[in-house]
Amino acid sequence: MTSIGTGYDLSNSVFSPDGRNFQVEYAVKAVENGGTAVGIRCKDGVVLAVEKIITSKLLKPGANKRIASVDRHVGIVSAGLVPDGRHFVSRARDEASAWRSTYKAPIPTSALANRLGGYVQAYTLYSSVRPFGVTSIVGGWDSEAELAVDGQVGTGPKSGSGGKVEGTPAGGPGLYMIEPSGLYWGYYGAATGKGRQAAKAELEKLDLTSGNLSLLDGVKEAARIIYVAHEDSKDKEFELEMSWISSHEGPTKGRHEEVPKELREEAEKFARRALEGEDEEEEEKGQGEQMEE
Amino acid sequence: MVSSHGVSGMLGEDGIHVDMNHLKSGEVNMAINFKDGVILGADSRTTTGAYIANRVTDKLTQVHDTIWCCRSGSAADTQAVADIVSYHLNMYGVVNDEAPSTQVAASLFQELCYENKDALSAGIIIAGYDPRHGGQVYSIPLGGSLHKQSFAIGGSGSTYIYGYTDAHWKEQMTEQEGIDFVRSALSEAIKWDGSSGGVIRMVVLTNKGAVRHLYLPDNGYTGPGVTN
Repeated sequence: MTSIGTGYDLSNSVFSPDGRNFQVEYAVKAVENGGTAVGIRCKDGVVLAVEKIITSKLLKPGANKRIASVDRHVGIVSAGLVPDGRHFVSRARDEASAWRSTYKAPIPTSALANRLGGYVQAYTLYSSVRPFGVTSIVGGWDSEAELAVDGQVGTGPKSGSGGKVEGTPAGGPGLYMIEPSGLYWGYYGAATGKGRQAAKAELEKLDLTSGNLSLLDGVKEAARIIYVAHEDSKDKEFELEMSWISSHEGPTKGRHEEVPKELREEAEKFARRALEGEDEEEEEKGQGEQMEE
Repeated sequence: MVSSHGVSGMLGEDGIHVDMNHLKSGEVNMAINFKDGVILGADSRTTTGAYIANRVTDKLTQVHDTIWCCRSGSAADTQAVADIVSYHLNMYGVVNDEAPSTQVAASLFQELCYENKDALSAGIIIAGYDPRHGGQVYSIPLGGSLHKQSFAIGGSGSTYIYGYTDAHWKEQMTEQEGIDFVRSALSEAIKWDGSSGGVIRMVVLTNKGAVRHLYLPDNGYTGPGVTN
């Protein structure tokens, strides 16, 4: 062993004497360097957004997507090592499809998050692997409609099934964030990557807990938050990528889709205007201070 | 030729061997939708060839709180399948912190019945109630296909009551109407089918949970009724 360090950070599955797993902490560092990603759980859908730093002028704009569909109703965005994110999405797709083949129905977002959490956690246990260098945000919409068993024939009584209790809550938006340790929580608003602190501060201002924010406003806010989070690395150019999942009555009919170009551009315009407004306020404040002198 | 008759026959073919694959159960059973949920019903006869191995069999099997099934075909196969589904449904309830829907039960039954169709002799009717979907009836016949129906009948005795059930079926029956429908249909099947018989067992599944009924041949299947 070399003379530097304690040696407790060299292998996975080894605790330091004060109960830390350094490999996992280093993985978190990898995440903290990644482009900011946010997710917002709205009243009638979920928005995912990511700040895609342009690493080369030779990359085709709009190509190299960072938000992936896992199933028709679920999307994932990750911050951190892009290839780790791709592998993670691939596993998520396997889980979603395995669920469909056993239960003949789409996987609930919570169940997917649970399984992915378990998968990521396993990569903290063995010396032959390293933890995931990503924190991933999983957004989905669980159908509020009654679903048939895939492949079933017939629909039951013409008058509908008897004994239904009207207003039984079912389905709705789901948003989860999974960290390199395997830890995951459900969120109203989630942020990760380089600009997460600024993004979290903005998310907290939105009053998401009351469940009043509409999906369309959510799209605008997500764009604005990515722009705010980008303020600290202004020297680098970036592209905004956004996806959404609405309720069955909404624009995507319960499906995970890319936010249409027109709407994204409108949201970006709103974001830029909001930022310019903030700058002006600061300038005014500056002048006020000068006059007081 | 000592072994010319083989050993695969049912009891009676060589007078000695019993093929357990032919321990048949569920010679008549059914499940129906009604106004407040579902009702399952079945006779209670299990046979090995001509011999009645059990005259008070319980063919209505619980696989979750308010998801039950009627088993017909090989007793061994259908019990094994129901046990496996029951295990998975219980796990589902614990892991996902939410009771499985009737759809989940139906798809598990179908997966097992379809993937193992060559090895199984199982015809299963699944009926369940949950507040969100109400009562539902699914039928999985021999090949492993899945049918959602307003009511389903199964077992050898069911051939005798296709006409009866079709003529007397109506939607949105009251609980008493539903019970009478099942009771009279099953007693017709028992009357005409030699391999159906014994008592009539029923389970009524509603918002209030599962309630068992029993009807005895002694009084023409009129009572005693609710037993739990």
